[in-house]
Amino acid sequence: MSIAVTSHSGPAAAPPPEPPTPPVNYLNVSHTIWSWLFTVDHKRIGILYLVSISIFFVAGGAAAGIVRLNLLQPDGAIVSEDAYNRAFTAHGVLMLFFFLIPAVPAVFGNFFIPMMIGTKDLAFPKLNIASWYVFMIGAVCAVWAVLAGGIDTGWTLYPPYSTRASQSNVIPGVMGAFISGFSSIMTGLNIMVTVHKMRAPGMTWGRLPLFVWALYATSLIQLLATPVVAISLVLIMVERVAGIGIFDPTIGGDPVLFQHLFWFYSHPAVYIMILPGMGVISEVLTCFSRKNIFGYHAIAWSSVGIAVVGFLLWAHHMFVAGISFYAALLFSLLSMLVAVPSAIKVFNWVATLYRGSITYQAPMLFSLGFVVLFIVGGLTGLFLATLGTDIHLHDTYFVVAHFHFVMVGGMVMGYFAALHFWWPKMTGRMYSDWWSRMAAAIIIFGFFITFIPQFVMGYHGMPRRYPNYPAEFQFLNVMSTAGASILGIGYLMPAVYLTLSLFFGKRATANPWSATGLEWQCPSPPVVHNFEHMPLVVVCGPYEYALGVDQLGRGLPEPPGSQDDPAHRDGVTGPAGPMHKETEVVG
Amino acid sequence: MSASTHSPVLKHHFEDLGQQHACERLGMWMFLATEILFFGGLFGAYTVYRLWYPHEFEFASSHLNRVFATVNTMFLITSSLTMTLAIRSAKLGDKGALVRNLLITAALATAFMVVKGFEYAEDFHEHLVPGPGFSADIGKEASDKGLDPGKVQLFLCFYYVMTGIHGIHIIIGIGCILWLVWEAWRGAIPPENYSTVEVVSLYWHLVDAIWLFLMPLLYLAGAGYGAHH
Repeated sequence: MSIAVTSHSGPAAAPPPEPPTPPVNYLNVSHTIWSWLFTVDHKRIGILYLVSISIFFVAGGAAAGIVRLNLLQPDGAIVSEDAYNRAFTAHGVLMLFFFLIPAVPAVFGNFFIPMMIGTKDLAFPKLNIASWYVFMIGAVCAVWAVLAGGIDTGWTLYPPYSTRASQSNVIPGVMGAFISGFSSIMTGLNIMVTVHKMRAPGMTWGRLPLFVWALYATSLIQLLATPVVAISLVLIMVERVAGIGIFDPTIGGDPVLFQHLFWFYSHPAVYIMILPGMGVISEVLTCFSRKNIFGYHAIAWSSVGIAVVGFLLWAHHMFVAGISFYAALLFSLLSMLVAVPSAIKVFNWVATLYRGSITYQAPMLFSLGFVVLFIVGGLTGLFLATLGTDIHLHDTYFVVAHFHFVMVGGMVMGYFAALHFWWPKMTGRMYSDWWSRMAAAIIIFGFFITFIPQFVMGYHGMPRRYPNYPAEFQFLNVMSTAGASILGIGYLMPAVYLTLSLFFGKRATANPWSATGLEWQCPSPPVVHNFEHMPLVVVCGPYEYALGVDQLGRGLPEPPGSQDDPAHRDGVTGPAGPMHKETEVVG
Repeated sequence: MSASTHSPVLKHHFEDLGQQHACERLGMWMFLATEILFFGGLFGAYTVYRLWYPHEFEFASSHLNRVFATVNTMFLITSSLTMTLAIRSAKLGDKGALVRNLLITAALATAFMVVKGFEYAEDFHEHLVPGPGFSADIGKEASDKGLDPGKVQLFLCFYYVMTGIHGIHIIIGIGCILWLVWEAWRGAIPPENYSTVEVVSLYWHLVDAIWLFLMPLLYLAGAGYGAHH
């Protein structure tokens, strides 16, 4: 069963063993700056996104640093109250629109989806590079808004504050979010069409890696939700420029309508952020526990379930905004419903770990961190979905902590898991095992110190977004800031050792983790058209695509291809293993 | 493999033209889904306010020029016909007819925008605009009927935003059609690649279809207003 992928070319075309100098790959095929800026190669575009979003992650992190430092003292330690508002808005806008949303789909989705489904590129390569330019134009607008003095409305941009009251740079900031939304739509559309139409022969829906399922569900949300926030942002801009608009209460408009339209996107958007992370975790846990994923179909369909149900519960952000009691009741119920597919995933991950042969490299540590932190973040979400407790907890630090447990504890962990998991494949280099495991440990530790106190503060009533607070909260705030410093160090560590690995790291083999995904069949780094032998034919189930690796991840003696005569593989002649089973006829 | 099906219009990363066309079509349908959601936000908001303020909306609608709108509707529906004829010409490999049909489509779309321009000019002339420039006469007329002039302006906000965004779509469509004309003229649309025309036509039909919703919502909402009030 280990032999699942083959090419039509016979043994004569077998790839040679790793030569001392790397062959031509997507990185060294050309070196000019223009060859990067005008590339249509999905892998290079993934790298462009990786570099860009890393910059925005640092910028958003710096803004968070200002916020946390200012909260060291009850009356504000370093900046004015107005600057504080601008700092937390910058943190929100940069992190959400320019890091979390593009993080996994635009970097790892771009890079790996064609490889995972066995094709040369995404369906629309030019649209793909266009999406990066659109993203950067949006980012320039947002950075301009921040540098020109910032925005003070919070990232939610509620009118009439954003349309009438605010004296800050709302227009360029909104413009930035609006424009970058199109890049999100382009990426989502590209991924969806690719998954529908470009799969290798035999790569049926039931054999897709779970990462692909997760990104498919993500793309569905990107396609259908983003346009709604786009039109809402247009309406905000119109109202701000013209001085009158459809959210203007003085002519009978309803500001709460904006909240509905905004959250119709922005609630599903949190699933744009978390679903790709869940996809990453499904890949990494499978690899490092040396087991097939438990409950493949349940995990795949729960991704789609989250995407669909995620559209139906936006108004739980508005329980105290004056929506009707019956609407609140319905949205509360639906919010609890989305916990079901999320829990299905967690149970299946835990079942995958059960009796696995687990090793603790950095990607696995980040993934285990994800599972634990996501459980906390998910369960506290139920407190907020409950009408009675939400009245008490709404707009307090409890919400901040819940959100950060899911987004930082969940998604950023998933992002780092993906980065560490696929770094050898993307760059062809191995990073320091010890330092990476230290970084994972420091990040998880720093995370708890930062956000656990915020649950306590919120429960005791400290409101979010306030620049000052009663003195009794100071101890918890200092603790949270101390944790944020640890977290900051943890986030900087990968920047150092990953950069060093580019120059000094050991060369990575094609499959350093003995993973079974199809992307590990490509050389590290991949060649320009991903696979040396096209077309591929997939004949086994998900996570059984590997050549040269058996079900327990043990390397088989022969290098891939050398004994790989399709004639020997017809019927049942896969290498015997503990979970030996029949394969279909190949070739 | 491939080779046997190789065509100059086949892009390198597709197996064959069938796959390429399927991707193009599906991509455009998905884009149309995003467009529907984009306008859906506006239609949803319109629905809420129309239910809240039916009389103000009908009153405001009755002040719009239905003659312009009717002429424009005919222009757009006809342009959808010529766009579809262009697909047929492309399929048949009739380059002259393809260019001709596309040019007629673009001309009808341009005529739509010209009429729209006259309509906006007339609206501005009558101060049929929300905000400080709002016509005092219409405001007084609304007040006399027991209506809130603010909500009349709310309708006008929808009128300008919806027709404005629709107009931007028309202009983008004209650009795409003229690009097709150029491609067809230089012979880059052989019959096996007619799907290029098809995907633009899908977009164009959507722009047309959205107008067919805007027409009753904006212009016909107040058609019977004078008779009932």
